[in-house]
Amino acid sequence: MSKIIASIKEAIRQSGLSDGMTISFHHHLRNGDMVAVMVLDAIAELGIKDVNVNISSVFDTHGPMIEHIQNGVITGIETDYMGGVVGRAVSEGILNKPVTFRTHGGRPSDIISGKSPIDVAFIAAPAADCMGNCTGKVGKSACGSLGYAFADAMYAKTSIVITDNLVDYPLMDYSIAENYIDYVVCVDKIGEPSGIVSGTTKITKDPVGLVIADYAARAIEASGLLKDGFSFQTGAGGASLAAAKYLKDIMMKQGVKGSYGLGGITSYMVDMLNSGCFEALYDVQCFDLDAVRSIRENPKHMEVTAAHYASPTAKSSAVDSLDVVILGATEIDTQFNVNVHTDSNGYIMGGSGGHSDTAAGAKMAMIVAPLSRARLPIVVDQVLCKSTPGDTIDVLVTQCGIAVNPRRGELAERFRQAGLPVRDICELKDMAQRLNGTPKKPQLSDRVVANVLYRDGTLLDTIHGVPAK
Amino acid sequence: MRRSMLFLPGNSPNILLNADFLGADSIILDLEDAVALTEKDSARILVRNAIRSLNYTREVIVRINPVDSPYWQKDLQQILPVKPDMIMPTKVSCAKDVAVVAEEISRLEAQCGFAENTVKLIPLIETALGVENAYEIASASPRVAAIFLGGEDFTADMRCKRTKEGTEILYARSRMVLAARAAGVDVYDTPWTDVEDYDGLIEDAKFAKGLGFSGKSSISPRHIPFINEVFSPTEEEIQYAKDVFATIEKAKAEGKGVVSLRGKMIDAPIVTRARQVLEAAEAIKGGR
Repeated sequence: MSKIIASIKEAIRQSGLSDGMTISFHHHLRNGDMVAVMVLDAIAELGIKDVNVNISSVFDTHGPMIEHIQNGVITGIETDYMGGVVGRAVSEGILNKPVTFRTHGGRPSDIISGKSPIDVAFIAAPAADCMGNCTGKVGKSACGSLGYAFADAMYAKTSIVITDNLVDYPLMDYSIAENYIDYVVCVDKIGEPSGIVSGTTKITKDPVGLVIADYAARAIEASGLLKDGFSFQTGAGGASLAAAKYLKDIMMKQGVKGSYGLGGITSYMVDMLNSGCFEALYDVQCFDLDAVRSIRENPKHMEVTAAHYASPTAKSSAVDSLDVVILGATEIDTQFNVNVHTDSNGYIMGGSGGHSDTAAGAKMAMIVAPLSRARLPIVVDQVLCKSTPGDTIDVLVTQCGIAVNPRRGELAERFRQAGLPVRDICELKDMAQRLNGTPKKPQLSDRVVANVLYRDGTLLDTIHGVPAK
Repeated sequence: MRRSMLFLPGNSPNILLNADFLGADSIILDLEDAVALTEKDSARILVRNAIRSLNYTREVIVRINPVDSPYWQKDLQQILPVKPDMIMPTKVSCAKDVAVVAEEISRLEAQCGFAENTVKLIPLIETALGVENAYEIASASPRVAAIFLGGEDFTADMRCKRTKEGTEILYARSRMVLAARAAGVDVYDTPWTDVEDYDGLIEDAKFAKGLGFSGKSSISPRHIPFINEVFSPTEEEIQYAKDVFATIEKAKAEGKGVVSLRGKMIDAPIVTRARQVLEAAEAIKGGR
């Protein structure tokens, strides 16, 4: 028996995909992904219309989706993150139906519970065998973890693996098992390696970013959470990585043995694992080549599914045991609500990803951000879009000082005792406005172009359209 | 407490906006080498406005153009009214160079209604003649609060190569420290110019501290935490200083004249050193 089908088009025919159905993709190939567009092109050629696309993240390489929206192939998008190219088109009203934004934990939760059913899942796989056992750890398009693809593969009515590296059966060290897979298609190329793992996730050299990182690491040290068994997640932004580097120095100096590092994994987290800062890494997504190599070679570096990572309806998930998470923000308001969905003009250019999941789970959720970017204040009266509720954010670290959510008075006291510059968030907002002025609010239309769902599925905010210029 | 001094270009708005937050004890806003001839006017105005509106909490030093250039008076005319803590005159080679600048500052201070000697001087000594005249410069005016060695220009003037080991500036460094201490002013060391070489920086800073420098300057914000650490008293030094005073108190109470701590007699230099350590510790207060 073999599940191999000669072409994507033929696999789509066999799956029974028809107008009005939902298809899904994962985003592990990031900005190098060629599979989503390849499949959408085939769907268009087959004359199928009115398709709802559930994709864990939309990157700029998915720009051709715009054309498929215009030609009526795509009529709905559900995602956790949307880059600026498709985001701008959505903000300008290209889709009649609002986009549904979930979190990385909310997405598998809704797929598993049946709230967000998938008809056909297309699983891009850097290595697969003829029965559909597949992995991201090896192959010319290796991307490491396939964490976001598990729920799709396991709960879609039909699951199709698309690979450019068909190996002999049985594939060893598989991630997704054959019992979930209906068909396997082999193509020439599933992704552009330079876009899959850019290798450019580097520590910032910006002096302001380094000051922020230094404060962040010292705040973690002062929080009382940095002791044996410590668990930690950080983003891939330059200041977050620098904070991880400084934190590593502190952990090494004090001999702290952490338990696990979580999340999207970079070489810096791998370095912390190899230096003995953690017992294990739980990896839902690899950000660079070192992370891909490590997950392949080091048994302490483990792949986790998105549901294990962050699902709020799982019996437990890894974010629930997290001590500290460092997160970014495009805006944060005086109630500590964070926007990571829209830019200052109101255009969609991001999404929650695991932002609100980790903020909800971690004992200390820390935002690192400069007071202003390109003369725009980051600390504001009210965020344009509430991506993560302020009551789950504990600390804001800027170059001008650290603001602590009033709910966490004991943290403020600890920071003060450590000689850190603690300031009221309103004071930081005033400083930002004094330096930059108060920008005019963008003119947004009445039309809702996206609904932002919190991890539990409730509506957190709506994103309004931007009139096309 | 001045452990670190950070040079920042006077023509970069974003840098000026964040100058206070980069961890240096003093910021040197530069109108001289970091600013192209075509931007002298705009940098002067930018630095003036930054000092006026940003309420810097760090000590603010403005590096002005040399007295043999057509810019230094304009620099002072714009900058003095916003009352920087110090002015750094450049290429200072003799007492007269200091006097010329000091005189112009006095005139401007009177014009602005400031008390005489409000704005101090930290002459940048970066020529062979300047090093030769270091004591004369350090004691040229009551405005002089410190002197500063510029290693790059100095070695160019000496026609020798600037090396990481710094043997070529060892005499100049020693001479500067001697002159400053003899004149009763502070003395600051030249920057470490390899931005990425932190180990080299730490060694160089320790060496400078060992020679007697009050602190060290930098051209990179990334060097500041290392310099601050080298020039901060260690926990052991602070504890020893506290023990010195505790021992003296105890001896007084017991009516003893001569006292010793850890087998060494506590004499005047030990007390002076202990006081300096505690003053420095108090000035830093756990900050970095």
